[in-house]
Amino acid sequence: MSRVRVLMLGGLWRNNPALVQLLGLCPLLAVTTTLVNGLTLGLATLVVVATTNTIVSMMRRSLMPVVRIPLFVLIIASIVTCIDLLTHALLFDLHEILGLFIPLIITNCAILAQAETVASRRPVAESLVSGIATGLGFCGVLVVLGAIREVVGQGTLLAGFDLLVGPWAANLRIDLPFDGMLVAVLPPGAFFGLAVVLAVRKLIAARTGAPGRRMRTARVRRS
Amino acid sequence: MAATEGNALRTLLLVGVIAVGAAALVSGSYEFSRDRIEANRQARLLQDLQSVLDAAVSEAALNPTRIQASDPERLGYEDPVDVYIVRDEDRPRATVFPAVAPDGYHAPIHLLIGVSADGVVTGVRVVEHRETPGLGDVIEIAKSDWILQFDGRSLRSPEPPLWTLDDDGGRFDSLTGATVTARAVVGGVRSGLEFYEARSAELFARAADETADRTSEGATGTAAEEPVDE
Repeated sequence: MSRVRVLMLGGLWRNNPALVQLLGLCPLLAVTTTLVNGLTLGLATLVVVATTNTIVSMMRRSLMPVVRIPLFVLIIASIVTCIDLLTHALLFDLHEILGLFIPLIITNCAILAQAETVASRRPVAESLVSGIATGLGFCGVLVVLGAIREVVGQGTLLAGFDLLVGPWAANLRIDLPFDGMLVAVLPPGAFFGLAVVLAVRKLIAARTGAPGRRMRTARVRRS
Repeated sequence: MAATEGNALRTLLLVGVIAVGAAALVSGSYEFSRDRIEANRQARLLQDLQSVLDAAVSEAALNPTRIQASDPERLGYEDPVDVYIVRDEDRPRATVFPAVAPDGYHAPIHLLIGVSADGVVTGVRVVEHRETPGLGDVIEIAKSDWILQFDGRSLRSPEPPLWTLDDDGGRFDSLTGATVTARAVVGGVRSGLEFYEARSAELFARAADETADRTSEGATGTAAEEPVDE
């Protein structure tokens, strides 16, 4: 298997930040009330983790161990602030819904863990791929959990997609023939949904005989 | 860790370079976003104003006069709030102001109320609330048209004693499972109307001054209007 495939598989499945490392659960649980909310925060996180990994990797040779964590946080915080401002300018309505959670990306430990365990030790290309893989893995979980909660909770799918990509997408909204169970949208529903997703992942991993191998990243303190 | 002199210097330099880079990046995107965000806010504000106004006045609402007013007793805000007065050929046509229903089930409910010049409600919208999803949140226009029952009402129709829920002997529809929420909103709209009744003459006079100043001075200087306290 090529190096890229290993890295991609790691971020998406074997070492998925949300499902295996259980990192970044705070934004994950908070925003996944609909698929579109999850997708937006997932994409924002993807951009942040890929950019941070690249920047950190570029300066890995001059990094001093004593100041590395503050520098990581400074870089992550700057990028998140930019994304926050840009979404506020370009995706105003969506920002009204997610505005509270975008700054919280800074506290997503999955990003710090990537900077610490991958980007500060590996070449730029590898760090970038690893960052993209991690971001996609995280985004995927947000989308799946958001879809589950939206369908069960309010009986729709893709509601509000037009806020993200433009008015044409309003027609993509699917209304299912039931009103939904409120609990799925409320905070407890986030935990129930995550439990289901985690269980399904374990089941598949057990079936295919490739147990999710925890890497050192798992030891980073959880958020 | 034994950091040598050179190492410490290099560390400082690195931190400095990164900090400057980060600052440049953030201020760059701030510069890029600032005007757009402001334009978005204005567009949203106009949209909100028009949602609580008659279609007939909406045209004139594109250029409302903003003044500040303070009435903690009736509006529920400690600080002065923005009151928008829509004027058409020097006559006040409508007024839009925020009000708080302090006794929501979980938290105060924030309302935006539109009133025509003769004191009749043209629209009420809930702008912010934390009522129970599925029960109390039907006060949102997106969820039900319960909030539309205030349209066309005033303090003369029904008379103030009947400005309560039908459960309490009044004239307004209650909400199943969310009586507290419904009661809070009705109370909030009523005290909003009381604010309008008591203060509209003064507000209109100030709006007229404001417009006159604006035309004579060429839109400068008068932005910081003195808030009037009771």
